[in-house]
Amino acid sequence: MTELTSLTIAEAREKLKAKEFTSVELTKAYLSAIDAANSVFNAYVAVTPEKALDMAKASDERRAAGTVGALEGIPLGIKDLFATRDVHTQACSHILDGFLPKYESTVTQNLWDDGAVMLGKLNMDEFAMGSSNETSHYGAVVNPWRANGSNQQLVPGGSSGGSAAAVSAFLCAGATATDTGGSIRQPAAFTGTVGIKPTYGRCSRWGTVAFASSLDQAGPIARDVRDAAIMLKSMASVDAKDTTSVDLPVPDYEASLGQSLKGMKIGIPKEYRVEGMPEEIEKLWAQGIAWLKDAGAEIVDITLPHTKYALPAYYIVAPAEASSNLARYDGVRYGLRVDGKDIVDMYEKTRAAGFGTEVKRRIMIGTYVLSAGYYDAYYLQAQKVRTLIKRDFEIVFDAGVDAILTPATPSSAFGIADEDLASDPVKMYLNDIFTVTVNMAGLPGIAVPAGLDAKGLPLGLQLIGKPFEEETLFRTAYVIEQAAGRFTPSKWW
Amino acid sequence: MSVDLATVKRVARLARIAVTEEDANRMVGELNGIINFVEQLSGVDVTGVEPMTSVTPMEMRKRADAVTDGDKADDIVANAPTTDHNFFLVPKVVE
Repeated sequence: MTELTSLTIAEAREKLKAKEFTSVELTKAYLSAIDAANSVFNAYVAVTPEKALDMAKASDERRAAGTVGALEGIPLGIKDLFATRDVHTQACSHILDGFLPKYESTVTQNLWDDGAVMLGKLNMDEFAMGSSNETSHYGAVVNPWRANGSNQQLVPGGSSGGSAAAVSAFLCAGATATDTGGSIRQPAAFTGTVGIKPTYGRCSRWGTVAFASSLDQAGPIARDVRDAAIMLKSMASVDAKDTTSVDLPVPDYEASLGQSLKGMKIGIPKEYRVEGMPEEIEKLWAQGIAWLKDAGAEIVDITLPHTKYALPAYYIVAPAEASSNLARYDGVRYGLRVDGKDIVDMYEKTRAAGFGTEVKRRIMIGTYVLSAGYYDAYYLQAQKVRTLIKRDFEIVFDAGVDAILTPATPSSAFGIADEDLASDPVKMYLNDIFTVTVNMAGLPGIAVPAGLDAKGLPLGLQLIGKPFEEETLFRTAYVIEQAAGRFTPSKWW
Repeated sequence: MSVDLATVKRVARLARIAVTEEDANRMVGELNGIINFVEQLSGVDVTGVEPMTSVTPMEMRKRADAVTDGDKADDIVANAPTTDHNFFLVPKVVE
């Protein structure tokens, strides 16, 4: 790692302002870091050096002319789910082979409008379906973290595994990510980075490849809480192109950092104390409670009785929506086509060849639960349970709780090609047990690193907030970060 | 409820995914595993509970019924596997 790539966004922002270096110099430092290390991590599926240097040069010219955006000259990595004009956009699926969109997603356009520089597109689970980044058509991503004294390759989590690994390994200053059931928060927790999934409707979904439309939200993965606040401010917007974009001004999230927690009520849900949870995670949670108490917050025990139904309800709702959304990949308008004897044969062969095993599995589940005779028993029941899950949170917030503290994941990062997880899809799904409730209820959630386990791997805590109260999450997560410190992997690559 | 081989093949057909006999046999076990997992929802009392239709209570944003975009035929077909004069080409559908 060179000195420039070790800077946070906030630090680089100050040094660019002080003219200690230019955006071109900063961008070159990242491009050479990617050049040296991407073959180790497989974090980027497409690097765009020419575009990056053009954007950096334009940024330096704007700065010289006195125009400085909130992310002026900052080099970022973009998850492959975001449409980027004329640049590789495939949701890491074979079925989108060669797809080069003629449009730009609202989230990435917001970043470029604020002066950011694109380094390239980041690896992810195919169509964001996975918790280990192993379902990518481009292969697994390697976590920059290793257990003490071990060379075993670990997963960075998923689906935003490339984003989390690139931020953690200093291959970008920050990254965009998306979260449908935990895809920002779980990889952030596995890599010692900060990730926030904002309230549903805060970031526009326009131009983001759809997985499950009622659950998908974009958010950043960053080195620290301040950087996440800076990035979310730019990514979020009110967008007429997305009918679920909520018409509320975007606050200055950074301003909430450092504010006192006095008078704040933090809820601790007993249902998140699950059977078989490692003792280290219990301890970390207790430590988090102690830090917030020391900072002046009041800690209250709460109950969210429908928690255990969130994951099964998710595995009906998300595949159902995915099966509808992914119907568009038929070999006609874009991507892969495999010829057949007639049009239906062409559809079936194209989709058989283009989708990976996990994506097919979820399309099949979704098609099944929506099919005639099963709709009421599965889909309608799941949507009713979803109402109950949301109601649990509403009752707690109405009683005066400002935010909820939970563990982010039930374990630290696990090994690539773990046989136990590969043989049982449901076991892999359990990774999202603490994060998925937040998507089902449309709430904001942040994962912040809070410590290391006995193997020396990072563990995170999650804070869940009221709708559109991301500021409370940043303010509270900042207190945890101040107490816990920051976590960076030792450089072995 | 459990899924058998015939159901897997029927669902694959509905989803327009070609499956080999081997794929279908493997999927029987996997889909049953997932169906068994989600089955626990049937025990939840949902009497009088409305199904969720929108996670944020909001009225659908509306706009004037006016043309706001267009004249992009070249862009729209730019990524298609086969086209002719800005039409998507597919195998013959009508005899």
